[in-house]
Amino acid sequence: MTDTVQHVEQTEASRSQWWDVWDQFKSHRGALVGLVIFAIIVFGVTLGPFIWRADPQAIPPVVEMIKQRDYRPIYTALWDSGAKVSWANPLGTDNLARDNLARLMYGGRVSIAVGLTAMVLSIVLGTAIGVVAGYFRKFDGPLMRTTDLFLALPLLPLILVASLLFREPLSAMFGVEGGTFALIVALIGITSWMQTARIVRGDVLALKEREFVLAARSIGTPARRIITNHILPNIMSPIMVSATLGIASSIITESALSFLGFGFPPDFPTWGRLLNDSVDRMVSYPERVIWPGLAISLTVLSVNYIGDGLRDALDPRIRGR
Amino acid sequence: MLTFTIRRLILAIPTLLFISLVIFLLLQLAPGDPMAQVPLTVPPEVKEKMRQALGLGQPVYVQYWKWIVQFFWIEPQVLIDNIFGTSLTEGKLRVISWQTRSPVMDIVYQRLPQTLWVVGVAYLVGILIALPIGIYSAYRQYSVFDNAGTFVTMVGFSVPPFFSGVLVIVIFAVNLGWFPSIYDTTHKVTDWASFKVQLNQMFLPVMVLALQITSQISRFMRASMLDNLNQDYVRTARAKGLSEWTVVMTHVLRNSMIPVVTVIALGIPSIFGGAIITEQVFKVNGIGQLLITSIQANDLPMVQTLTFIFAVLIVLFNLVADVLYGILDPRIRYD
Repeated sequence: MTDTVQHVEQTEASRSQWWDVWDQFKSHRGALVGLVIFAIIVFGVTLGPFIWRADPQAIPPVVEMIKQRDYRPIYTALWDSGAKVSWANPLGTDNLARDNLARLMYGGRVSIAVGLTAMVLSIVLGTAIGVVAGYFRKFDGPLMRTTDLFLALPLLPLILVASLLFREPLSAMFGVEGGTFALIVALIGITSWMQTARIVRGDVLALKEREFVLAARSIGTPARRIITNHILPNIMSPIMVSATLGIASSIITESALSFLGFGFPPDFPTWGRLLNDSVDRMVSYPERVIWPGLAISLTVLSVNYIGDGLRDALDPRIRGR
Repeated sequence: MLTFTIRRLILAIPTLLFISLVIFLLLQLAPGDPMAQVPLTVPPEVKEKMRQALGLGQPVYVQYWKWIVQFFWIEPQVLIDNIFGTSLTEGKLRVISWQTRSPVMDIVYQRLPQTLWVVGVAYLVGILIALPIGIYSAYRQYSVFDNAGTFVTMVGFSVPPFFSGVLVIVIFAVNLGWFPSIYDTTHKVTDWASFKVQLNQMFLPVMVLALQITSQISRFMRASMLDNLNQDYVRTARAKGLSEWTVVMTHVLRNSMIPVVTVIALGIPSIFGGAIITEQVFKVNGIGQLLITSIQANDLPMVQTLTFIFAVLIVLFNLVADVLYGILDPRIRYD
């Protein structure tokens, strides 16, 4: 009896803010479903290729290629008994006899990797600029004018131009695929930090005047440690929300670039690239358009729902209601 | 208010000049050679002369200055010439496209109507759908309608236009055959029948764009209505015995529209950017498609001018949004 009481007390004592956040997050049904779907997609594209070992880029010799290409997905046999299907390629093959399922999984790896890396870059940039602008008054003006300038630039056209400009030097440095990856991540990161910077600056400006920061400063804490120990933990909520939403917009931008033909090289699968390659033959092979498109849409939708749920969960005014 | 507008307009000039310089310097780095398409049999010295003729031999600042003069001084005069039939610009050099060797602005004027038709109509349709959805969703928060509406707007927010566009082409153009999949820009509206054809071919691109616009604006509308519905003045209005319609549609709506109107104004330039993809999907040859082809063809004057026009739109509508905010909300005072 006493044991159980003690146990309960202990869990309540060790209960941190993040447990409250998680409880509130769980009550948002869309966010929970989004989290599950996003986890399934991420596990599918990272672990999937270890189970399904078809090569996404290998093209068989010509005779074999002509025999094996343009298989339809296995489910087409349900309504079209004459369809060319095979259990060896559950989602069919493309016009060069490459396995669609493997391409979808490798494409997802690239798309999600680009989304996550670009998000990290944009959040780091945005947070750094926001904190410096908010905390140090002399940097506030120049940094915020820079932010305004970036917001006034037409970003999509500039990304398109820059993706052609820096392709060659970066490809020479990191190889074709690595170079394109670095290029696209850098372009998306550099053009999407402004909202985070503005939000963070506003929060830092408000926090800077609070008593605990004043107390820390009065005992001689250096600015660097005030920022890392007192200010950053208190602005984690808006940063996390904009990080989540940043993944979604990075994935969309990457796919849009690949779709317009400004992204990864043609034989390198990403979701946008797969979609772009299949549009010309979508009448005969709609599945090649629908699967990558569905993958992009589901990922972005689930990430957006997670962001919505996080925003509610991290808002103490809503929490516990 | 007027002084604020004038001050902002004057401040916009150095901003725009700086943006044009940034774009210009970025384009100067471009590795592509405009002479790449010239046959190999053309001797190098002739090629060099052709390059000189395009104005490439001069230092960067001279090229930039010439572009500034051509864009800000000569092009407005051309506009005046075209409107009033004067001849201010006889023999003066305009911004010339390297690709077609014709003035850039002439091509832009040719392409603009297609973009404006599709994007403009889509924006209007999107707003008209978004406002009622946002209002009713907020009024009946957490009802079936609200949940369905929130889900649909979330989907519209998340599905990229290059997928939704392709999807509606597969469904409505290929399988059902109701609408054409390609926008025919040579089509001219002369009578009722051709107007119906025009509406028919506009339907798919407009709906794809409108879905995105609707989802953004109705989310804003809903949030803004929710903020206002719990305010004290709403309770007062109800206590006075006003009808629900008057309370919601007059008192709450007018206050909720303030942030929404500014969001609508801010969204206009980004729609031009977003239309680049939709134009590509439906093969509309508007300015978005012009930008893509000129980037691929290394047509730097065209890219420079188009990108700068996008920048002008962004700065202009930012200003419009600020001014509208001041006019609509008497609590905001800029002076």
